[in-house]
Amino acid sequence: MTEKTALTLSINGHAHAINVEARRTLADAIREDCGQTGTHIGCEHGICGACTVIVNGEPVRSCLMFAVQAEGKKIRTVEGLADGDTLHVMQQAFMDHHGLQCGFCTPGFLMLAVGVLEREPNISDDDLLDVLSSNLCRCTGYQNIIKAVRAAAEQMRGK
Amino acid sequence: MKPAPFVRHVPRTLQQALAMLSQLAGQDGRILAGGQSLVPIMAFRLAKPAHLIDINEIAGLDRLDSDGTALTIGARVRHAAFHGPAVDNPLAALLSYVARHIAHYPIRMRGTFCGSLAHADPASEWCLTAATLGATMIAKSQRGEREIAAADFFEGIMSTALAEDELLAEVRLPLLAADAKFGFNEFSRRAGDFAMASSLVTYRVADGKISEARIGVGGAESSPRRIEEAESALNGQPPGDPAFRAAALAASDAVDPLEDHQTNAEYRRDLVRAVVRRALEHSLT
Repeated sequence: MTEKTALTLSINGHAHAINVEARRTLADAIREDCGQTGTHIGCEHGICGACTVIVNGEPVRSCLMFAVQAEGKKIRTVEGLADGDTLHVMQQAFMDHHGLQCGFCTPGFLMLAVGVLEREPNISDDDLLDVLSSNLCRCTGYQNIIKAVRAAAEQMRGK
Repeated sequence: MKPAPFVRHVPRTLQQALAMLSQLAGQDGRILAGGQSLVPIMAFRLAKPAHLIDINEIAGLDRLDSDGTALTIGARVRHAAFHGPAVDNPLAALLSYVARHIAHYPIRMRGTFCGSLAHADPASEWCLTAATLGATMIAKSQRGEREIAAADFFEGIMSTALAEDELLAEVRLPLLAADAKFGFNEFSRRAGDFAMASSLVTYRVADGKISEARIGVGGAESSPRRIEEAESALNGQPPGDPAFRAAALAASDAVDPLEDHQTNAEYRRDLVRAVVRRALEHSLT
């Protein structure tokens, strides 16, 4: 075993003091060390996008970052989207448009879509479709995911 | 699917990084930049580096500027830096178009231009770009600094001219002429997947005829390269279907295609013909 490093991760505004090996991925640290299990882990090699979180405003694959690299950065996960009992417009749109079936890929899609639309609110529809090709849904419910994200994008632009 | 243990080193300056690399390269030490290729390989345990030198905290390696003749790209510049115009030159539109074919948006937030070149995957869009445009690689080590021409840099599948103690600190991409045309096309079975063949072309038109043609092919051979036979077929001809088809055919005849269990040489040769023709057609849009 290699040495563990003490560090603090800031997740949705809460500080989590943890001790991890350098090889601990951010995805594993978020789930196992910080107990935030809303972030899902699918492929663990950057293909499926289930583990997508927002780090310093950028949607990234948390399985392709090491936890030690995220110290001092602002991490946002699916647990931080809702405001109390009020769902984020993206979450509400996924409900309204039946954008989820089994729900496993949903946290990744939510963080991907929110992360990109916050950065590029006026992204073209073609580019938005290309962005959504980043993540996999093995229920293959893509059409409703696209509907949900388009609807939420409209609302986010209107704000 | 968990990476093997390693020791992480976090240099704050380039000099520290080079000193660490000099000391650790012989002990299976490697550079960690964006990690979007290295970390998956580590997850599969195809790579088990004992030491990783994480260059993400080094100020100054995020340099992205032009001196009027070339665009200098530092080792920490991410793919996403090219989504918008990176320089006031037609090169910006080329880089932006090509960047959108690299993996997916979240990968482009982290992965780096220089890391992609140092990794030297034959299917890499940036390796194709560097080979086609004639990039100059700036390799730095404690022993000093040297320039490596793109044509001498790629030595095979995931193999480059970099010595183990050298860091690819910067890459210089020559700017394009103001009237330069470019076209790009790649074929892959899924959006964002590795290209099975790709092509980047640039040229100018004088008196209705093509000059200074550059035709690069990637994903088809062990390294991307310019295809002289195809460039000769294009230079001096008016831009249009007959010249484009002739150049595409010349390119497909000239390549020595990689084969794998899904793709035989004949199929890949055919893909080369298709992507070169489509890249040339794209240059007219």
